[in-house]
Amino acid sequence: MTETDGPLVETRGIAKAFSGVEVLHGIDLDLWAGEVHALLGENGAGKSTYAKILAGVHRPTRGEVRLAGRPVNIGSPLEAQRLGVTLIHQEPLSFPHLTVAENLFVGGEDTGVLGRVPWRRMAAEAERLIGALGVTIDPQAVMAGLSIADQQMVEIARALASDTRLIIMDEPTAPLTPREVATLFDIVRRLKAEGRAIVFISHRLEEVRALCDRVTVFRDGALISTASVADLTDDDIIRLMIGRPLQEYLHKEVASLGEEALSVSGLTRGGAFTDISFSLRKGEVLGVAGLVGAGRTDVARAIFGIAPAEAGEIRIHGKPTTIAEPDDAIAHRIAYVPEDRAIAGIFRTLPVDQNITAAAPGAIAAGPFISPRREREIAADAIDRLSIRLASVHQPIGELSGGNQQKAILARWLLTDPEILILDEPTRGIDVGVKAEFYDRINQLAAEGRAVLLISSDLPELLTLADRILVMSEGRLTGEFSRAEADQEKIMQAAVPRTAA
Amino acid sequence: MTALSRLIRAREAGLVVMLVILAVVVGAIQPRFLTVGTLDIILLAIPLILVAAMGQMMVIVARHVDLSIGSILGFASIAVGMMFRDIPEMPLWLGFILAIAIGAGLGFVNGLIIALFRLPAIIVTLGTLSLYRGLIFILSGGRQVDPNHIPEALIRMAQTSPIGVPWIVIIAFLTALLAYIFLRHMRLGREIYAAGSNPDAARLRGIRVNRVTLVVFSLSGAMAGLAGLMYAARFGYVNPGITGVGFELTVIAAVVIGGVSINGGIGTVPGVVLGVLLLGAVSVALPILGISGFWQDAIYGAIIVIALIVDGSVRAGGLVRLVTGRGG
Amino acid sequence: MSATETFDAAKARPLWHRIVVRPESVTLLLLIGAVFVSAWLSPFFADLRFVLESATFYIEFGIIALMLTLVVVSGEIDLSVAATMALSACLFGIAHRAGLGMPVAMLIGLGSGALMGLFNGVLVTVFRLPSIIATIGTMVLYRGIAQVIAGDRSVGGFPDWFVGIDFIAVGIVPVPVILFVVLAILLGLVLGSTLFGRQIYQTGTNPIAARHAGIRVDRLKMILFTASGLTSAVAGLLMASRLGVVRYDLATGGELQVVLIVMLGGTYIFGGRGTIAGTFLALWLLIIIQTGMTVANIAIEAQLTVLGLLLILAIISANAIYAGGRR
Repeated sequence: MTETDGPLVETRGIAKAFSGVEVLHGIDLDLWAGEVHALLGENGAGKSTYAKILAGVHRPTRGEVRLAGRPVNIGSPLEAQRLGVTLIHQEPLSFPHLTVAENLFVGGEDTGVLGRVPWRRMAAEAERLIGALGVTIDPQAVMAGLSIADQQMVEIARALASDTRLIIMDEPTAPLTPREVATLFDIVRRLKAEGRAIVFISHRLEEVRALCDRVTVFRDGALISTASVADLTDDDIIRLMIGRPLQEYLHKEVASLGEEALSVSGLTRGGAFTDISFSLRKGEVLGVAGLVGAGRTDVARAIFGIAPAEAGEIRIHGKPTTIAEPDDAIAHRIAYVPEDRAIAGIFRTLPVDQNITAAAPGAIAAGPFISPRREREIAADAIDRLSIRLASVHQPIGELSGGNQQKAILARWLLTDPEILILDEPTRGIDVGVKAEFYDRINQLAAEGRAVLLISSDLPELLTLADRILVMSEGRLTGEFSRAEADQEKIMQAAVPRTAA
Repeated sequence: MTALSRLIRAREAGLVVMLVILAVVVGAIQPRFLTVGTLDIILLAIPLILVAAMGQMMVIVARHVDLSIGSILGFASIAVGMMFRDIPEMPLWLGFILAIAIGAGLGFVNGLIIALFRLPAIIVTLGTLSLYRGLIFILSGGRQVDPNHIPEALIRMAQTSPIGVPWIVIIAFLTALLAYIFLRHMRLGREIYAAGSNPDAARLRGIRVNRVTLVVFSLSGAMAGLAGLMYAARFGYVNPGITGVGFELTVIAAVVIGGVSINGGIGTVPGVVLGVLLLGAVSVALPILGISGFWQDAIYGAIIVIALIVDGSVRAGGLVRLVTGRGG
Repeated sequence: MSATETFDAAKARPLWHRIVVRPESVTLLLLIGAVFVSAWLSPFFADLRFVLESATFYIEFGIIALMLTLVVVSGEIDLSVAATMALSACLFGIAHRAGLGMPVAMLIGLGSGALMGLFNGVLVTVFRLPSIIATIGTMVLYRGIAQVIAGDRSVGGFPDWFVGIDFIAVGIVPVPVILFVVLAILLGLVLGSTLFGRQIYQTGTNPIAARHAGIRVDRLKMILFTASGLTSAVAGLLMASRLGVVRYDLATGGELQVVLIVMLGGTYIFGGRGTIAGTFLALWLLIIIQTGMTVANIAIEAQLTVLGLLLILAIISANAIYAGGRR
């Protein structure tokens, strides 16, 4: 089925832009039948975008995909499936209420309105496909009742049902136990032996080393290097992942740190984070590094009262405090700029001024009534100070650019005059110029004596801004570095999970 | 068995248990309840609800709801009743086909508005509930179709058949059987579950979700139309201001009790049949116990609210943990 | 990556566009058109007194619609309003017949309405049920309980001062109309000018962001549902006064009228947008349309066609306008 004289998949100059911002720049990569190919890179390096282009979820802005030598146009996941390309999502995209057998076969080709469901044949076929994976899952079981690992197996079986030639697994091991990982690896090796190509996206170097033949490192939307796994040490790989020349940002003045503003001890929430303890002083910028899914955002959400911790203690200015709702957190002068602006930040259709004043009702109201004049003044002042670019304060915030939306959210929280500021990926997806403004602003906030908890996946950013950096991995604290001792390599070493499969 | 299928079975078993308890308690107080005659009365009480519930459950499994079925029932029965009146030689089977076709057409309009403009089904069908009811009055001039204009053959269908059980009961259970086959064994039927279970995944897998919407509303309308003719058979008249009014609420009650989740993707025909039987048994038990019929709606309402709360807790994971003993 | 996709910096709409192209303007235009057409068709409509007197038939639903506007803007809906009206009015009537005295009976009516609203709020915020389906359940439940306690009888015998509030007028304006106008101004202020109103818009626009901004979303919804129940009870008492008796089937199908008024006023069915001004105008539009049809001898039942059609057209057009504004 696959020609032996060339790669199975060739991508040439694949690029992708979202709303004019290019996030993937001209990727040339060959994938061979019978190899397991690892894609590595920091968060946002472009691996997932690349994978989604191959799977027909995104269309490339330019570039060409060739399959077994023939140029193909992968317009939809369904077409990808027909061409023999399957993407296995980390959280399986399935029908929770249908049976395993149905999840394997529903959709697919349209046999018309009156087509019958061949339950018996489906069950037999499902049995065969799942059996071929060497696992036991009842084809008649309902999907929602399976473990994540078993659901993944069903997804893999589904790929095999359509005679897949290329299987892309996006961080498949993240939700699995070590034993389940071992089973998965056996299956991947078997698929490889059958002559299929497998793309394996993971953060875990041990797994890459155990499973993969070649590795490609992505960074900032570009392909940095492709090499045989055997030719690289772990340290080589990490260096490739972070290897950008350190941009020279002005380090902030070493601030005189004040008394303790916030401390948490033994903070735990099942499945999200375990035994988190740290303290944060006034005037300090405490960075939190870690990979996606490390639990950093969950800790922030717990402190801010969105999804409170199940165990542990939060102290504010040394006093034990219960925070059950964001409202409580705000009363304790805590502010939180969330990671996902569109979901948790902006009121898309409401005017900019109303977005800015949302968390500081006291500032714009006289009694229960809003003073439009005061609101306008306050908003205008904030817009001016943060140089937010807009046509009018009455403009719906959704019409602003991402950077200006983010400034408006920051402005919202500055209006509450917070003592403790939690910033979650504050500069993600923001262009360089605005980024520099944010850095100045964060430095200034610390200099004013506010305590800043800065969650970021951008290591140079952390190294530029933070006085101290905590590293989280798989829900636990795995490192703490002072500004003097921190460097990208040490942080990545602590952030990348290295537990053997 | 997995958590979910166990839960669904638990719901069906629970309904059977509730039916048994009802029979035992009511029978203990009033032994008359436990006679074959009661069964006959129950069976005669439910055909309309059963037929319409089959359509409604498809709509709800697909994550919608259809409030207009009472008006569709009324419209189809008035329209066909008037035809019987004005064209006495019209054959009975043609009447059935017309009632079903009219119902399907009105249901199709519902589905079209909902799919085309991406509007919430509940508001659209609240609108068509009123729209179709108004059309009934315009069509009929506000006059009812009297018993002497309903074909006698039709009325006999509510009374007898060659095997003793009235025809409309047979038709109702045949409809349920067909619905079962459709939902269980036909590709389109399974697509209804897929679209309700996870619409995004359904789209990615190439299922045409808009087609599913059109199909479920057309079928819901068709079954309401069929129920309309059964109404004419059962009651012997069709009245623009009475026929089908408030019917949708009883049907939704039956469907929700039968274990169909308002969040889509879950629900079985046997469960809904049991739900309909339970409602029918309650409505027959009340007069036998000497309880005023005025209690019926309050009891239905309480049952809906309780079923919704149970459904909500299931989704929150509480009951899954309870049934399976493992974390959600 | 999804964050990247939201960066679209669409061009700003000009201010005049934002002010003029909104569903309320459409409602206003329709109202003006309806006034002219009806006045031309029938001299009755040139008589303000006639219009105001006809209004008393619809005012009860109008009052509920004002409150429901707030509920819908917050992203929820209450379909149990008419059943709440009936049950609270029946409780009031029975309490009075039991000799409890009018003030106590009225308190029972109003208090029970608030409790019914509170129960809706509990279903939505505690049990996390979609309000659209939860309030269908309570609609059946409340109406059913009303039937249990009132049976098939009319409960009457209210004191003279209570009966016929629609015949009392200040000048030519009947008291219920005054009540409606006062409530409209009050709720217009609440929704348009207070922090609470602002929080309603924010909750309806994006409940997650609202919670992040410190709004107690569940408490806000609980308050709105309770207020909706209370307002329905007020409307129930008004109707009791107008009819002189209460029955379990009072205001049957009223939820259609109420939802229609709210939708006709341009309130967005998915929450976050809508004004009291729109609802206020929509009531008068509906009064003129329905009275016009009555004057034209169109049977009440046949008018349902127009009401249903209006409801569907109203949500389609409001949706289209709001979708256009988003681009």
